Amino acid sequence: MNDIRKLEDIANRVRINVVKMIAHSGIGHAGGASSIAEILSVLYFREMNIDPTNPKYEDRDRFILSKGHGCPALYAIFAEIGFIPESMLWTLHNIDSPLQMHPELGLCPGIEMSTGALGQGLSAGIGMALGARMRKKDFRVFVLIGDGESNEGQIWEAAMSAAKFKLDNLVVIMDNNKFSLSDRTQEVMPLEPMTDKWASFGWFVSEVDGHAVPELIQAFENVRQRKGKPSIIIAHTMKGRGIPSVENKAESHSISFTVDQTSETLYALGCSRDQVTRFIQKIEEKK
Amino acid sequence: MCERKAPRDFIGPILLALAEHNPNIVLVDADFRVASKITSFQDRFPDRFIEVGIAEQNMMGIAAGLSTVGYIPVVSTIATFISRRACDQVTTSIALSGLNVKLLGLYAGLFVGKNGASHQSLEDIAIMRAIANMVVLQPADVVETKQMLEFAVKYHGPVYIRIGRDPVPQFLPDDYRFQLGKSINLRDGNDVTLISYGDLLEETLLASDHLAKKGVQCRVINMSSIKPIDEQAIILAAEETGGIVTVDNHNIYGGVGSAVCEVVAENKPVKVKRIGVRDVFGKSGTEEQMRKKFGLTAMDIEQVVLRFISQRNHHENKSIFNDVIN
Repeated sequence: MNDIRKLEDIANRVRINVVKMIAHSGIGHAGGASSIAEILSVLYFREMNIDPTNPKYEDRDRFILSKGHGCPALYAIFAEIGFIPESMLWTLHNIDSPLQMHPELGLCPGIEMSTGALGQGLSAGIGMALGARMRKKDFRVFVLIGDGESNEGQIWEAAMSAAKFKLDNLVVIMDNNKFSLSDRTQEVMPLEPMTDKWASFGWFVSEVDGHAVPELIQAFENVRQRKGKPSIIIAHTMKGRGIPSVENKAESHSISFTVDQTSETLYALGCSRDQVTRFIQKIEEKK
Repeated sequence: MCERKAPRDFIGPILLALAEHNPNIVLVDADFRVASKITSFQDRFPDRFIEVGIAEQNMMGIAAGLSTVGYIPVVSTIATFISRRACDQVTTSIALSGLNVKLLGLYAGLFVGKNGASHQSLEDIAIMRAIANMVVLQPADVVETKQMLEFAVKYHGPVYIRIGRDPVPQFLPDDYRFQLGKSINLRDGNDVTLISYGDLLEETLLASDHLAKKGVQCRVINMSSIKPIDEQAIILAAEETGGIVTVDNHNIYGGVGSAVCEVVAENKPVKVKRIGVRDVFGKSGTEEQMRKKFGLTAMDIEQVVLRFISQRNHHENKSIFNDVIN
């Protein structure tokens, strides 16, 4: 129980930091970052084998954020782990910052692949999973993709090949937040039936509430038992989760927070009056 | 005179020999292994040969992922499918982080059997040399192909090697050593410089030899290191020969001719004439038909060089070559 509470707290802190980072930077992809907070919390603080003191630990499990624009949440997780100092979060999107708007391998510790051009991360994950098998290593590869991202043909090229190679050391999590940049994915390009599609491509498929930590924990437990095929966990999430003004709206995709929006969101996420006031002062001073 | 050999016939055996000593070399193929003649590698190292099917974009990502685990993935397919089809994957998944992936662009240029425009890479040099971190090379012959592949697996970072389909003579001596950023003179002369690379060196050298009989001594440079390019050799050619004619198996926009123009314009402005495909798509046809259609025969090159010299001399008010023209 404590463990679940701890993971939920981490997810909440990630969401708070996502909002603060983006408010501080002036603009950012808040919607697709806030929808993945619980997924990242469960992965990095429970499921994945990592060494908090060494992001390059050779036998670490790999994580690729294929929907690269969600990276404010990943950077916030890295600060929770200690891969980067929390002070670095306030450099988000600065020209010389390791925290670019889309993750860049080699710039920021913990980033395993450069992403941002959608549809590409899963292929790289397949290369890593094949590499693990060829090197007779036990590490696993986790790739987080978006539902909108799955419009890209490369996702399905990759889906086909992971099944061919029987990569049971590869786990995909789909952040199924039902929106892409412009509108509902159902309007932009219908994706259903998603479960049938992946199953017919030769994958183990499961579905969870992507904001429910216990469900995520159980889904990852189940995946560990599945052999001979790659697995996908379709996580039903909400774009802009926790940001009252844009929650479950396409407008959450890229946001320039107003002061009012910032304080409203931070209060909603449980920050104290003192914390909110101090933060608002900080960004006012920056101006 | 000497035996003609197709560089692509030797990629498999060369990589196989390198892989015997380097366990990190792996091949990634998109259903082109029979045409690229790398099946000997697959037979010898089935566990180090990854067939991804006809899916070049996925292939680039898989190669990128393999490189992060310490492998040296060698990806090979038709040059268009690397440079055009998978351009964004090459750029974002591989080049952006300088990943150690080797890209072999086969059937480069016009000569693709009779496959025609969809398979002819007349843009790949322009595309690949505009991608930061990317090295761009094209070997002249089998000797240089072997040298370049040896270089590529030793060099850490993305390398694109474009390779022609059809047999060519041996242009380089057996003891030739390729160096990144260095060109080699195949003919010495001070009247004008011809710069080419790959399979069109044959027509370029023929043109040069004809011109020599007419008293025009051409310097012929094999510019096999396209990026980084041999700026010193180009500047020296500009200084010593006063003008440069380039011969590209590529669109004249963005090819080696363009790269040469960039160097002379910034360092030693002289006249440059670009021979190449003049901003049209290719066609199905034999090599001979295509050379004729696109103005790439030795005779075409010779005529262009003579006109170039004549105009230059006219401009400079000299007449020493007028008798050659007349």
